[in-house]
Amino acid sequence: MTAVLPLTVKENSNSGIWSWLTTVDHKKIGTLYGISGVIFFILAGAEALLIRTQLAAPNGTIISANVYNQLFTMHALMMIFLGVMPMGAAFFNWLVPLMIGARDVAFPRLNALSFWTFLSGGLLLTSSWLFGEAPDVGWFAYAPLTEKAYTIGKAMDFYAAGLILLGVASTIASLNFVVTIINMRAPGMTWFRMPVFVWMIFVVAWLLILSLPVLTIGLVQIYFDRNFATNFFNPTGGGDPLLWQHLFWIFGHPEVYVLILPSMGIVSEVLPTFAKKPIFGYSAIVFAGLSIAVLGFAVWSHHMFTTGLGPVPSIVFSASTMAIGVPTGVKIFNWLATLWGGSIRFTTANLFSIGFIALFTIGGISGVMHASPPIDTQQQDTYFIVAHIHYVLFGGAVFGIFSGFYYWWPKFFGRFLDEKLGKINFWLFFIGMNLTFFPMHFLGVQGMPRRIYRYDTDLGWDMWNQVASIGSYMLAVGMIVFLYAVWKAYKTEPNAPDNPWDAPTLEWATSSPPPEHDFDVIPVVHDRDPLWYNRDNNIVQEQVTDEHIHMPPPSYYPLLLSIGLLVGGIGLLTTLIISFVGVLLVFYAIWGWVLEPTS
Amino acid sequence: MLRFRKTTFFLFVNSIFSSFLFGCSAWQSDPQTTVNPKSDMAVLIQDLYVLVFWLSVGVFIFIMGAIVYVSIRFRERPGVEAKQFHGNTKLEILWTLIPILIVLTIFLPTASAIPKIKSDAPANALQIDVVGKQWWFEFKYPELNITTANEIHIPVNRPVSFNIESSDVIHAFWIPQLGGKVDMMPGHLNKMWFTPTEARKNAYLGQCTEFCGTSHANMLFRVFVDEQEDFDKWVLSQQQNGMKAQSELAKEGEKLILNNIAFVTDNGTAIGCVTCHKIEGTNAMGMLAPDLTHIASRSTIAAGRYENTKENLIKWISNPSRMKPGVSERSGGMPIYEDYLTPEQIESIVTYLLELK
Repeated sequence: MTAVLPLTVKENSNSGIWSWLTTVDHKKIGTLYGISGVIFFILAGAEALLIRTQLAAPNGTIISANVYNQLFTMHALMMIFLGVMPMGAAFFNWLVPLMIGARDVAFPRLNALSFWTFLSGGLLLTSSWLFGEAPDVGWFAYAPLTEKAYTIGKAMDFYAAGLILLGVASTIASLNFVVTIINMRAPGMTWFRMPVFVWMIFVVAWLLILSLPVLTIGLVQIYFDRNFATNFFNPTGGGDPLLWQHLFWIFGHPEVYVLILPSMGIVSEVLPTFAKKPIFGYSAIVFAGLSIAVLGFAVWSHHMFTTGLGPVPSIVFSASTMAIGVPTGVKIFNWLATLWGGSIRFTTANLFSIGFIALFTIGGISGVMHASPPIDTQQQDTYFIVAHIHYVLFGGAVFGIFSGFYYWWPKFFGRFLDEKLGKINFWLFFIGMNLTFFPMHFLGVQGMPRRIYRYDTDLGWDMWNQVASIGSYMLAVGMIVFLYAVWKAYKTEPNAPDNPWDAPTLEWATSSPPPEHDFDVIPVVHDRDPLWYNRDNNIVQEQVTDEHIHMPPPSYYPLLLSIGLLVGGIGLLTTLIISFVGVLLVFYAIWGWVLEPTS
Repeated sequence: MLRFRKTTFFLFVNSIFSSFLFGCSAWQSDPQTTVNPKSDMAVLIQDLYVLVFWLSVGVFIFIMGAIVYVSIRFRERPGVEAKQFHGNTKLEILWTLIPILIVLTIFLPTASAIPKIKSDAPANALQIDVVGKQWWFEFKYPELNITTANEIHIPVNRPVSFNIESSDVIHAFWIPQLGGKVDMMPGHLNKMWFTPTEARKNAYLGQCTEFCGTSHANMLFRVFVDEQEDFDKWVLSQQQNGMKAQSELAKEGEKLILNNIAFVTDNGTAIGCVTCHKIEGTNAMGMLAPDLTHIASRSTIAAGRYENTKENLIKWISNPSRMKPGVSERSGGMPIYEDYLTPEQIESIVTYLLELK
């Protein structure tokens, strides 16, 4: 076999660069997702700082109009697709197998493939900066501005090719985790004993599987419009720019829940641990998550209330949008009730989770405000919307993720993140984020549109813009504190016990960090909070050490296949002959993948 | 320490909240405010907004209060154990019903306001066609035979009906004090109407709010709501042909504009002012750029971006792209005339333009 497959990984070493490039271990892949997610998050944050610096005073001249337009477009694309989504992926890669008592995901090599394809797409998209061709059309890229007649150069092709690759990556990961969650739960782990986090990931995976194809269709169509003279979105050729908006938002709205649901899952794990009591209304929280997901597919046109929608669709989409407020409200009440009667420890992780509830609530309230189409016609495309999305995505998604960092760091790496630094990090984020984004509500009410690189002096917008800019620098300092805490943890000796927080879920049953095979013995689950059940009933998991544990060997092929896809993507931007080379590489990798021995 | 943190948190929330209330009244005087409605439709929206705003304030106080209360009351204390319970069906039903009720309180007035806002304009409404272009607004009064750009006059207390379109990319048409925004879609005709209720000297500010390319931030317009007699005067003057040049300098400029089809040859296409601009009653018949017949009567140039002064006009014609990024770079954009004309020639052109009252 080795003659046919020169690329078989011979040594199964656990360190060094090759062990990372060929790994199929869900924990290492989670770490890779985390590192790249944080790096892209920092880059996208830097873009935001430039934006805020330009807007700190009226008639800003630090950045030209064109660069500014690129900055806000790339800030959104990178934060959403390359920052928050992969940081969420880092958690579900690390945690889902551990939480359901499995040794890995259902398809470990596919898991590696989704990471490398994500990285390919991310690099392709961000490399547009190097060529001065960063997309400058807004992250939802409304046609016909994106057509060749109005956006010359390659910027929009970078957008299409990059997002197609990222979509492939997310779809693969989603299918993998759906299969994993359905099939690989430990004995006794019934559906309604699953941690809420696992439920939320199950929902997210379905959202991605169902919504990404719609975006991909739109991306292929705009690519064809630009490069092969089709007219899908070109009104002068009989196409309809509204079609793009429908396609984009049928993807785009579920995408919002893709970003927020993992954090809702994290919060639902962190709060019970630090309140020292089980989650309140488990099934209500789960069903609220499910109904948010279902309703999430029925609200996309609320992004299009100003496009000339007739009265009936306006009313219907308004109703469905407001309806989402109900399960969201239920979740907030249930989290509060989880804290009620507890004995709350204010660790950094818990502060971030409680902060999440407060900030996400504000985002939810403003969301209900513009669910009313007449009000929306005054708020749409103003800074009010910018405030809303940042309360949901920064106050919500990012706060959840940071809660997760402080909570699971000892499990992931055997080391604690410094609590003192963590608290400084939290307060800088909490105050900084409110200083940055709360005044944006006011700016919106004062009539300031989004996506403007300058504004006049006499409009009353100066003060709040200045406050927002000061807040954004505070967020940057908060991020530096976080990185310092990470560095400090990296420098200390691993000292974390298996279950430092006395948490109830299975990932805390194994060592910190977990062995490659996760569990020496697959645990048996008797209750929704298995470790608390074992603790209270004095059950000690029996240890059998001589069990033969079969783990999948590392493989080059996921990386190779992703490189093939990347070359294919580069071909879309240059000449299709290069795409052909990419396709050959993909086929070679599939061939090797199929024939590769699995033990 | 814990106490201190809770207090700061509370003070913080409190300060945000009070600045919000304080701000509300202050913002009403801002020129582009959304909360000082001056038309029937804008008032309809404002009424809804006020209802939703107070409900939101209520929910905000309740949830934030609950978070602070729970955090203090149930903080870890020696000798106090956490109570172990999993749920409470009655409570859960209750707090499913509460959001439903809140949402219904918003939804019902919303659903009754939408048909009013989206209704057809009354038959006596003044018709105005508006077309969004990169990066300016063209206005036509089909019944009055007036064409203008970036600035319109409408009479107070008479319904105005806008027929809204775009000739290139998507823009949005928004005059916050007079109504909600409506997208300007190429290939779709959108409509909007309202009755302005307050005539005033200062213009109502409008702005494009759908990102439309490089100079999206510089795509502004002005609406003057006039008393009927002022409006009638304005209509009469706008219906006149362009005036003949008076001063010597202006005559030179007039000659330069009208006798030269081209200052620039762009890929074999001759480009001069008259290729794109129109001055009614002359041979300037261009349809691509703002109508100049009465340019001196407008208060701003470059789509509301600059005051209409001699200095700004000279700068504009010399190098429009420096005044408004992207204008010369886009296909069919205005050439950089300082490359083709002497400063004296440009000054004479501007003198002529300023006589086009």
